[in-house]
Amino acid sequence: MFSFYLQKLIAAFPFFLEGFWVTVWLSGLCIVTGTILGFLVGLLRISNIKPVKFMAGFYSDITRGTPFLVQIFFIYFIFPEFGIQFEPMEAAIVGLTLLNGGFICEIVAAGIEMIPKGQWEAAEASGFSPYQRMRYIILPQATPGILGPLTGQYISGIKESAIISVIGVMDVTRVGWLTVQRIPNGLLVFSLVALFYFSICYPTSRLIARFEEKTTHREIIL
Amino acid sequence: MIEYFNYRALFDYSDLYLKGLLNTLGISIIALILGGILGVVLCVLKLGKNKAISRIVTFYIDAMRSTPLIVQVYFFYFSLGNFGIDFNEFEVGILALSLHSGAYISEILRAGISSIPQGQIEAAMSSGFSLFQRLRYIILPQAIGATVPPLLGQSISLVKDSSLLSLISVLELTRVGQVLTHERFLPVEGFVTTAALYLLIYYFLKHLSLWSQKRLIFKETL
Repeated sequence: MFSFYLQKLIAAFPFFLEGFWVTVWLSGLCIVTGTILGFLVGLLRISNIKPVKFMAGFYSDITRGTPFLVQIFFIYFIFPEFGIQFEPMEAAIVGLTLLNGGFICEIVAAGIEMIPKGQWEAAEASGFSPYQRMRYIILPQATPGILGPLTGQYISGIKESAIISVIGVMDVTRVGWLTVQRIPNGLLVFSLVALFYFSICYPTSRLIARFEEKTTHREIIL
Repeated sequence: MIEYFNYRALFDYSDLYLKGLLNTLGISIIALILGGILGVVLCVLKLGKNKAISRIVTFYIDAMRSTPLIVQVYFFYFSLGNFGIDFNEFEVGILALSLHSGAYISEILRAGISSIPQGQIEAAMSSGFSLFQRLRYIILPQAIGATVPPLLGQSISLVKDSSLLSLISVLELTRVGQVLTHERFLPVEGFVTTAALYLLIYYFLKHLSLWSQKRLIFKETL
């Protein structure tokens, strides 16, 4: 029976590849848009204007404080009541962008706040415009601290993208869910699905680990 | 456009919401406890002297951290039956969440343990402490103190992750929102209430985390 299921699964493999491709480009796209959004909101998050700061904080709390599943139901089921109708794919892109943006804005804000006040003051005293201060003084120094958490967020963005399968986007999780109805062997089917995610997330996380090992890691014996 | 917000429906379903809230909290707490125990065991095995076990544990942790929780939930939901294990949805959900958070908690603990100077462990060793005694009296009291803020962060994501159990029809907060959508066609009322309750839990845990960082009550032990 097992080899029969295996044969069936191999026959269904092209669908898994198609689904994997959707996962890859969708999460890739939303990582890019999310990063842009995150940086913009992150800059608002550290601004001195109270209402702007409050709104940016509220946005990041909403995206970080509610499950992504609820957010995607919000976008897919509630936005139409306000006249904004989305196809599943559009809802997925909007949802993932907002999610990534919410997490990245906190990372960016935290990275920028690590820079000592004196740097800002020195730049101001040297006659740098606000744009120049950001571009030449603050961001170059904040970037190394931001990169680690940012890559971590990219991995979790790829993993969160699995949730959009519930509104019918044909990503690799949805392909697995449909396949398991025909090939009733969850072990086989979802191991394959997991393997696809593992193949992107694991190398990326090793990359961060090696990057961070150089700075912080040390051996410890219990 | 929405003309009114149907409070009456919410009163009709308030019992269900209470049940959902308690289930969400209960599932999260049980999974946190089980995941915490698993995390300690994994962490000890990973840092232990036996290289083969350490490799296997490392692989387990990486596999859990590099695949989406939704795939893991489906994996257990569709595969346990094949092995003749007859779990209901609740048990499958708690199993998946505990195994998932156990991997994360073990990494948090490892980071905490790495912050303890090796000299202390060596001192304990030369004082004749056994491995268990070293863990019980020297390592864990300090490591747990240093890991309280990240552990609270992990419990925030655990509460959010528990929403995925609604997909295998566990009655928790997100599921109640879905029930309201399906039975009364009130997605706005359903999911706004669900999201508000999640935000309530989120703000409570977030402020607990900020408070614990500000008080630094655990730093004194270091």
